[in-house]
Amino acid sequence: MILVVLISILFLGGVLAWLSEGLDSRFPRVVALTAVVIDLLVMMALVGADTEGAGWIVQLNAQWIPRFGISFHLAADGLSVLMMLLTAFLGIIAVGSAWDEITERTGFFYFNLLWTLAGVIGVFTALDLFLFFFFWEVMLIPMYFIIAIWGHENKNYAAMKFFIFTQVTGMLMLISILVLAYFHYIQFGWFSFDYFDLLKVNTSSAIEMWVMLGFFVAFSTKLPSFPFHSWLPDAHSQAPTAGSVLLAGVLLKTGAYGLIRFAVPLFPEASMQFAPVAMTLAVISILYCAKVAFAQTDIKRLIAYTSVSHMGFVMLGIYAWNEQALQGAVMTMLAHGLSAAALFMLAGGLQHRIHTRDMDHMGGFWAKVPRLSFVALFFSIAALGMPGLGNFVGEFLVLLGAFQASIGLTVAAAFGLIFASVYSLWVIQKVFHGAYRNLDFDDTHLYDLSRREMLYFGAMMIGLIWMGMYPQNFLDMSAATLTNLLNETEQLLFAQGSEL
Amino acid sequence: MQDLIWLLPTFPLLGFLSLVLTSGNLPKKVVGAIGAGSIGLSFLTAAMIAFQFLGSGEAHLVVEMWTWMAVGNFTPGFSFYLDGLAVVMMLIITGVGFLIHLYSAGFMLEDPSYSRFFSYMNLFVASMLVLVLADNLLLLYLGWEGVGLCSYLLIGFWYEKPENGYAARKAFITTRVGDTSMAIGLFLLFAELGTLNIQEMLHAAETQWAVGSGLAVAASLLLLGGAVGKSAQLPLQTWLPDAMAGPTPISALIHAATMVTAGVYLIARTHVLFELAPNVQLLVAWIGLITLLMAGFTAMTQHDIKRILAYSTISQIGYMFLGLGVGAWSASVFHLMTHAFFKALLFLAAGTVIHSLHHEHNIFKMGGKRKQLPIAFASFMIGSLALAAFPFTSGYFSKDEILIAALEIQGPGMILWLGGVLGAFLTGIYSFRLVFVVFFGESKGHHEEKEVAGFSMSTPLIILMVLALFGGWIQIPVDAVFSHGEVHTEEHHISGLMHAIMIIVPLLGIGVSYLFFMSKTFSVEKLMANPLAKRLHGFWFSGWGMDALYNFLFVRPFVFLARVNKHDLIDSVYALLVEISRVVHVMMARTQTGQLRWYALSIGGGVVILITLGVVL
Repeated sequence: MILVVLISILFLGGVLAWLSEGLDSRFPRVVALTAVVIDLLVMMALVGADTEGAGWIVQLNAQWIPRFGISFHLAADGLSVLMMLLTAFLGIIAVGSAWDEITERTGFFYFNLLWTLAGVIGVFTALDLFLFFFFWEVMLIPMYFIIAIWGHENKNYAAMKFFIFTQVTGMLMLISILVLAYFHYIQFGWFSFDYFDLLKVNTSSAIEMWVMLGFFVAFSTKLPSFPFHSWLPDAHSQAPTAGSVLLAGVLLKTGAYGLIRFAVPLFPEASMQFAPVAMTLAVISILYCAKVAFAQTDIKRLIAYTSVSHMGFVMLGIYAWNEQALQGAVMTMLAHGLSAAALFMLAGGLQHRIHTRDMDHMGGFWAKVPRLSFVALFFSIAALGMPGLGNFVGEFLVLLGAFQASIGLTVAAAFGLIFASVYSLWVIQKVFHGAYRNLDFDDTHLYDLSRREMLYFGAMMIGLIWMGMYPQNFLDMSAATLTNLLNETEQLLFAQGSEL
Repeated sequence: MQDLIWLLPTFPLLGFLSLVLTSGNLPKKVVGAIGAGSIGLSFLTAAMIAFQFLGSGEAHLVVEMWTWMAVGNFTPGFSFYLDGLAVVMMLIITGVGFLIHLYSAGFMLEDPSYSRFFSYMNLFVASMLVLVLADNLLLLYLGWEGVGLCSYLLIGFWYEKPENGYAARKAFITTRVGDTSMAIGLFLLFAELGTLNIQEMLHAAETQWAVGSGLAVAASLLLLGGAVGKSAQLPLQTWLPDAMAGPTPISALIHAATMVTAGVYLIARTHVLFELAPNVQLLVAWIGLITLLMAGFTAMTQHDIKRILAYSTISQIGYMFLGLGVGAWSASVFHLMTHAFFKALLFLAAGTVIHSLHHEHNIFKMGGKRKQLPIAFASFMIGSLALAAFPFTSGYFSKDEILIAALEIQGPGMILWLGGVLGAFLTGIYSFRLVFVVFFGESKGHHEEKEVAGFSMSTPLIILMVLALFGGWIQIPVDAVFSHGEVHTEEHHISGLMHAIMIIVPLLGIGVSYLFFMSKTFSVEKLMANPLAKRLHGFWFSGWGMDALYNFLFVRPFVFLARVNKHDLIDSVYALLVEISRVVHVMMARTQTGQLRWYALSIGGGVVILITLGVVL
């Protein structure tokens, strides 16, 4: 029941925010903030709950369309809760980053923001694949509006690109879901979209690969992974800051979550065969996008490409499919959620102040805005994988686990650590170091971080240090889920192997 | 008391935090007190812990703080490990580090970013302490990367100048290449041995791996990759000469107390692995020898006072690597310590020279400064004597031990020894070239300036002078650490002739330097008139063309590839897709003419084609 509450608060809060604009254009942001904060507080009830045994903390299973075996099945285990916490936390940050930036049609903006969040929470908790697909779409459409209405100079193109990429690959996933449900019908005589039922479906391996690919393409587009990544730089550079925060911090993680929860467990055998390909794509993502990032002059495009590069580590970890690698993937999702969101906020903040994203027009900001520069340095250092901060824990565990799966690919991926330092330090040099130049732009509004901004960034910094110095709190939460998944797939593989 | 070992990195870390959180709003006196005081507290604690630990007679001590991360059987902790080696390292780091901080309190007083400077310095020392006290390789890696970060921040401290930023990035990225090799080594060690705890790992390696086995070779090679990066050895030495872009005390810190000694420490700490891979160990010796000679030749050609010292560091670390390679573990650590004394002394004295002469770096624009800069002169005299291994100075004892050990090994021992002796000859030349040119002869400018040296700047110099002179008599308590497989230098059978050679050769070097730069019996100009000598000089001056080579091999291709693909090739594939559908759309739209005869024609044509197809198929 608590999961329904979590989702409804956001849905209703969205509607309320929209309505409240009629009274005053500053009301919607207050409503939105309240809704997300309440959500986060409610979520706290799930933290520390007993995750022993099956690992499911709460479950709700109601009939929805019984004729086709579609149910309203929500459940949360440690992994879901962790992802929901990230969502709510970044939701608050997103509202904060929009606080002053969004001044037009505020009601509709916060409506979209909250509905995106609701969709994400739904995705992280749905255990009926039809319902999952429903939420997958729910988070897409409001996001489209956020980019298309409140975006920057090339917003229509970017929004359309985002929409088509996600929609087309979403269609592939829908087909796969239907095929899977049909297989269930053939084997058991009745339709079911339920996760646990579908786990039992034994597919012939020739088709299994194609069905799995439907999921894989949808999730790896969202992640995104090479070669489906090219929507992300456009979406990020055009989206308003809050949109970027949600995209980088939360939406990308739904792709990774989908891989962990659905793509691999539903098709263990096909996934195992496919793993070398997926890991290779991951390594290409890491290296290729790091290199492309280095060439960018638009600071948001640059950060977007680094996001793809870092999410490559997540995919590498998932397809290495052992305990260290999976824990590392989850840690990377959390840490990257914070660091990337913070970097986009900084980039957005700079754009807000000097009306350009072009790094060729920046330089020497340290002298002018030391606090902002220090914060930027901190998150760049985090992103390049400095030990003691969360990103390092994630990426190190991923590589440690991946090494046991493929030495060659791990060594190649490790070069990403070098590339990451190249582009991160380049940004610091271009924007914050060097002599202060204000020839190209009006710097009258280039003021240092405000107290409110420091509050957000401070919270995110503490989060990263926490993850870096004592990651056990986070690792423990997802441990039960991940070991269960590992055991299940192992058993399935073993069972299928013995049949052969 | 010994359980308080965690306080060592904590003091500087608190110093760092307090300076960062107050973000430059404290008065300079308070900043200096926090900055230097935190290291001073660490040193006092370290001294007390060392006293108690050595008195207790225990071989080692483990203090566990908390488990960093526990994933399956991977459970590295925030745990500290103390043994003789760690004691030596922590005393060097906090002791020499404190003197450098004290000096900086005076040296940096005019700088507007005083607080930022001390915060980075404190973090530097904290990271280095974590590095040497870590009981597992992951925690060591934390310190290792922290040191790299701080070197980046400090080398690029004066960030307004883009070339400083370049030097800082070069240092960070070059060492990160080594770090990545080391990280892969960690993955390998964990995959094969199931632990990153150093002592357990070494024990497991000893029992599971045969001498010369492929895994031992791979693991030690990968760790060596990390070590050559941080310690600025071939082929990753190119960052160190540029690292002088930062304020001079930072060079003292990087070259003496922290950073470059990390690689030597890593190899000494994991020496068991290297003993399991004798070929790799010999490679360490060769790397050391080649690096020390290359850097020695380059040092003779430089004009910049700090660059000369930088190359001399590379060269001296080369000796340490040579020592490690021939199994003279304790001799290398001993040289690490004596080098820390005299190199800190030399750099701080160079700071005084530069500071007093208004940022003059070129030694040929100084001359005759011995009366004008008395303390710097005394420091340089003593430091250079120690550096050149003048008999009974600290550098003499440590270098002597390394060379004797090299001579004793089978096979290439003689060549390694000869190379080391040649290096000592070069050291004599370049170190006294600097002394003669800067402090003797006639003054060439900067006639009026007085020496800038307050209490906080001259005290460290005086203490370091004493240490550089007499530090060779210190006994380092590392025998228990390296007890097995150690080459015992006591029982050696080195002839008196060899000893005489090792004493005389550095003096010869000093003599040659005297003839060139003091008495002018020989003329550098005449030598340079020879085109071969001139080209050789140019080649050495450029650091053997390594920078140009790396630019050509790595930097330019990377930048080129990045630039040509700025607009992401993959995106054009999708753009093409869009274009095709647009063209098709336009073509289709054209068919919608609204004319009945056109529709009739297309229906008729379609029917004909279909019938034909049906007949044909």
